[in-house]
Amino acid sequence: MAFLKELLAFLRARKKLWLAPIILIMVALGGLMILAEGSVLAPFIYTLF
Amino acid sequence: MLIVLRKPASSPEQIDQVVFYEKPFLKFERLLETYLAFAPRGFRSFALSMPAWIKDKLFQKSVLTKALSNALGKTIDWQSRLLFSQHHLSHAASAFYPSPFERAAVLTLDGVGEWTTSSLAVGQGRRLKILKEIHFPHSLGLLYSAFTYYTGFKVNSGEYKVMGLAPYGKPRYADLITEHLVDVADDGSFQLDMRYFDYATGLTMTTKHFHQLFGGPPRPPEAEISQREMDLAASVQKVTEDIVLKLARSIRSQTGEKNLCLAGGVALNCVANGLLARENLFDNIWVQPAAGDAGGALGAALAVWHLHLDGQRPKLALSDRMQGSYLGPAFSDEDASTALNTCGGIFTRYSESELLTHVTTALSAGKAIGWMQGRMEFGPRALGNRP
Repeated sequence: MAFLKELLAFLRARKKLWLAPIILIMVALGGLMILAEGSVLAPFIYTLF
Repeated sequence: MLIVLRKPASSPEQIDQVVFYEKPFLKFERLLETYLAFAPRGFRSFALSMPAWIKDKLFQKSVLTKALSNALGKTIDWQSRLLFSQHHLSHAASAFYPSPFERAAVLTLDGVGEWTTSSLAVGQGRRLKILKEIHFPHSLGLLYSAFTYYTGFKVNSGEYKVMGLAPYGKPRYADLITEHLVDVADDGSFQLDMRYFDYATGLTMTTKHFHQLFGGPPRPPEAEISQREMDLAASVQKVTEDIVLKLARSIRSQTGEKNLCLAGGVALNCVANGLLARENLFDNIWVQPAAGDAGGALGAALAVWHLHLDGQRPKLALSDRMQGSYLGPAFSDEDASTALNTCGGIFTRYSESELLTHVTTALSAGKAIGWMQGRMEFGPRALGNRP
């Protein structure tokens, strides 16, 4: 819940609330995929990603 | 933090704030908007990078809070003590606050932070203000990294090899780079032609247009290094130096500052720094020894102390706030003896003259020596304590 509040405050401050539905859907779907697969790959170029 | 807390009479309760050197939400915003702007191109990179974000990076605050609780005690409210500083503010703070200057212009040149790839700030006393920024994907650091990749070295660690290779070559491709890859304005600001670069949404650094322009595919890692790679290295080094000098000239005239501080990964390019010093554009130049992202941690801590908590800077002439960059851990003879005993090694104590005789004899016989004395250097600098 604290995460959602912070994320919304951030998007409001940046005037980018339009990103909220995209992020929430991604987090929900991504969470399910990660639970199913169990592990994630390390980012390839860490400064970029 | 554990090493800092090793000091006598220090405890986790004394830690007022913990700060992370960049803002994960802002970085995520950049990634998401970049993928949306280039969609559907970049889907593979998106699918590969997003799981790490969705699992961990987006929840950095709770991940860090949990780690702090586990390492330093669950009775302290770490969440309320945790702060996040912007990547380039961290770099700028790491360059200005430890410098011996009361006021200075601060130039940060990097691969990329959240959105920013280069910034100009001005510091005075405990104040530090960012005046200008260049944003992703236009990046001097990533231009250099593209050539690091193209010449067959590892991005984000092999750049020093490109810098070292440069004097063996001729800058035959420098004009090609400035004509096609990078548009440099009179004030040193620059834009890259993204047709030649794949890093914004791809899994590599360069595109087929880049390979066509320079007449072939990237050198496979560990393949033999030819004159071509040396010439490419000399060329990107020359372009980098020209951009750094142009930026420095315009900063001098725009800000009127006499001192310049540098940080960010590109500030590890000591050849460009040397050229900048010899040009005498500024009365004094100070480069953060840990100019890469490791130094961001130091800068973020200094930014919190001076900008968030209004902490005063110490008397400048009397202090070396980098302590010669010997900020790492030190180990006593007892520590060394215990460590060696646990792994079956033999610890022998010698007088200094005996030790030097042993070491010089072994070196003359072609043997390798590991040498440890005092505190470890912070940043990619070998200053004699861990050769």
